[in-house]
Amino acid sequence: MKPRVAVHKFSSCDGCQLAFLNLGEGLLQLNELVDIVHFAEAGYLDEDAKVDLAFVEGSISTPHELERIKRVRANSKYLVTIGACATAGGLQALRNMADGNAWLAGVYAGPEHVPFLPTSTAVAQNVRVDLELWGCPVNSRQVVLAVRDLLFGVAPRDETEKVCLECKRKGNVCVMVTKNVPCMGPVTRTGCGALCPSFGRDCYACFGPAEAPETAALARRFEGFGLLPEAIAHRFLFINNGAPAFHAEGVRWQEKNHE
Amino acid sequence: MSERRDISINVPVLARVEGEGAMELEVRDGHITDLKLRIFEPPRLFEKFLEGRSYSEVPDIVARICGICPVAYQMSAAHAIEMVFGAKTTPWVREMRRLFYCGEWIESHALHIHLLALPDFLGYESAIAMAADHPEEVKRGLRLQELGNSLVRLLGARSVHPIGVRAGGFFHAPQAEQMRAKLEECRAALPEVEALVRWVAALDLPDDPQTFTSVALRHPDEYAFNEGRIVSDDGLDIDINEFHQHFQESHIPHANALHCHLHGKPYLVGPLARVNLNYAQLPETVRANLEQTPAHFPSNNMFHSALARAVELHFALLEAIRILEGYSVPDSPYVEVTPRAGVGYGCTEAPRGILWHRYELDAQGRVVQATIVPPTSQNQARIEEDLHRSLEAMGLDKPDDEIRLRGETVIRNYDPCISCATHFLKVDIKRE
Repeated sequence: MKPRVAVHKFSSCDGCQLAFLNLGEGLLQLNELVDIVHFAEAGYLDEDAKVDLAFVEGSISTPHELERIKRVRANSKYLVTIGACATAGGLQALRNMADGNAWLAGVYAGPEHVPFLPTSTAVAQNVRVDLELWGCPVNSRQVVLAVRDLLFGVAPRDETEKVCLECKRKGNVCVMVTKNVPCMGPVTRTGCGALCPSFGRDCYACFGPAEAPETAALARRFEGFGLLPEAIAHRFLFINNGAPAFHAEGVRWQEKNHE
Repeated sequence: MSERRDISINVPVLARVEGEGAMELEVRDGHITDLKLRIFEPPRLFEKFLEGRSYSEVPDIVARICGICPVAYQMSAAHAIEMVFGAKTTPWVREMRRLFYCGEWIESHALHIHLLALPDFLGYESAIAMAADHPEEVKRGLRLQELGNSLVRLLGARSVHPIGVRAGGFFHAPQAEQMRAKLEECRAALPEVEALVRWVAALDLPDDPQTFTSVALRHPDEYAFNEGRIVSDDGLDIDINEFHQHFQESHIPHANALHCHLHGKPYLVGPLARVNLNYAQLPETVRANLEQTPAHFPSNNMFHSALARAVELHFALLEAIRILEGYSVPDSPYVEVTPRAGVGYGCTEAPRGILWHRYELDAQGRVVQATIVPPTSQNQARIEEDLHRSLEAMGLDKPDDEIRLRGETVIRNYDPCISCATHFLKVDIKRE
């Protein structure tokens, strides 16, 4: 029997699921290797099926999602989060730092109709997670590797090195050194292929914190470039604002801004 | 004679749409008493967390509203910011923005035609299941989707949440030889796309004429992507900054999204609306290819949306070829912008229809207030209106499975992007 795979969606933009839907003919080959049992956008509906491998996109932001992620966990041998929302709460975790209910009142006229939690949290803050794939979005290479590793008995290797190393391998000119732009590469996980510096711009940390990120030293460097505390805080409180290392550094500079 | 039964259908997820929604249907004495397209997608409050952010962060933030059409969000935002700052971009930037958009239309339309909509018309649950019997059609769709993605990558480095956009233009200009190679790929795909249009036109699509108002951007010189006036087939012709004088947004209890009406009535945006309004601006070869088929535009058959997507895919490919043929590497891929306080608007044609943005920025270029009106919240009232009449026209005495499938087919025909509209579709039919 082929291994059974599910792709679940929570609070998200649907972009990480595209790592599967953008596989081209690879999508048809994947279907030969595994049995896709739930993947709503692709047309497979069996939300409560028992599976070998469940991919989860999106953060947990409503009471219903909290209940649903527990069911997904109970039904899945391996649970893999895909993307910044599932792995760190997403950009929308910014509401955790504000009064979420007040924000909602600002956007929609009738807040009483929208049942939602005051926070947007990572899946691992709610249930046990077996593997986290970082990225906003994750790419096809990451998800196919996860399928291969987990289903064929290889321990997945967590890619934790910094974007800087990828830049060196690609022979990129360092944008921080040559343009004095506040590049997040020195504290950010590789995996994207150092796309931003390759295009001559600053990395904005969509793959989350690397191993041992020297966030304080980098923040001081940004200060040396003339960035105000608010702007420094924003560098860390961005796509992966819910990741602990970035959250702590961002809050530190936010407090300085209010001093 | 119609059969009156007590039946309750509950499909926990509407498949093959982007995002989470549900349909609720209540039938009493053979009539629909209540029908709702429910949107469950949790609100992510983008407009709030844009506040206080620098204009330079806006394109990277708004891309995250939608994984399928991030280009549209970035384009509407970039234009609005440039309007605030009074920045004038170069002809190169303008052309590259059109090329960038061609990529997104090709990717999104190919995805919708083949992976999301087609299984309805050919009787499958998914495109993957369909591939067993129609391998060439499915593979063609996947190839075109990839071609669109690769066009986006030229300027955006990746197709989902591209990183190349900035106020004033792009961070990076592609090399001339990259563009030449892509031009050859696009030319090679042309016969496939022409065949796709004729193939979709030959599909046994439901014939369902209905009355609706089409709304789209119109530009005097070209099939509009990024610039133009908002027009309708009812005589509306307004500047984009007059949007809220004619369109009203309201929050309705059953959806985590805002419904939008034009002068109090539902309206249509997206491929069919655009082809209906701007048919004459399509290139001669696109019209000639289409004229080999029995289809005719403007069309009042909502199911011609699928054909309109194929037609626009053809257009977008020809437009990409035109732009690639004239490509040269510029001195700079962007113009410098200087922040100043003010209000700016951006309205561009996302694959699903007009995407309207308004930003108020302060003197440092930080967002004071942001308003975003996505295409799906504009189409939502029209979808409900269509469901109502399509299901009654089909006959409510039909078996539940047939009603449910027709309802889902009607909804999917609009290619709703529920992630955008904030944001599982669950069909709940109650009969009494």
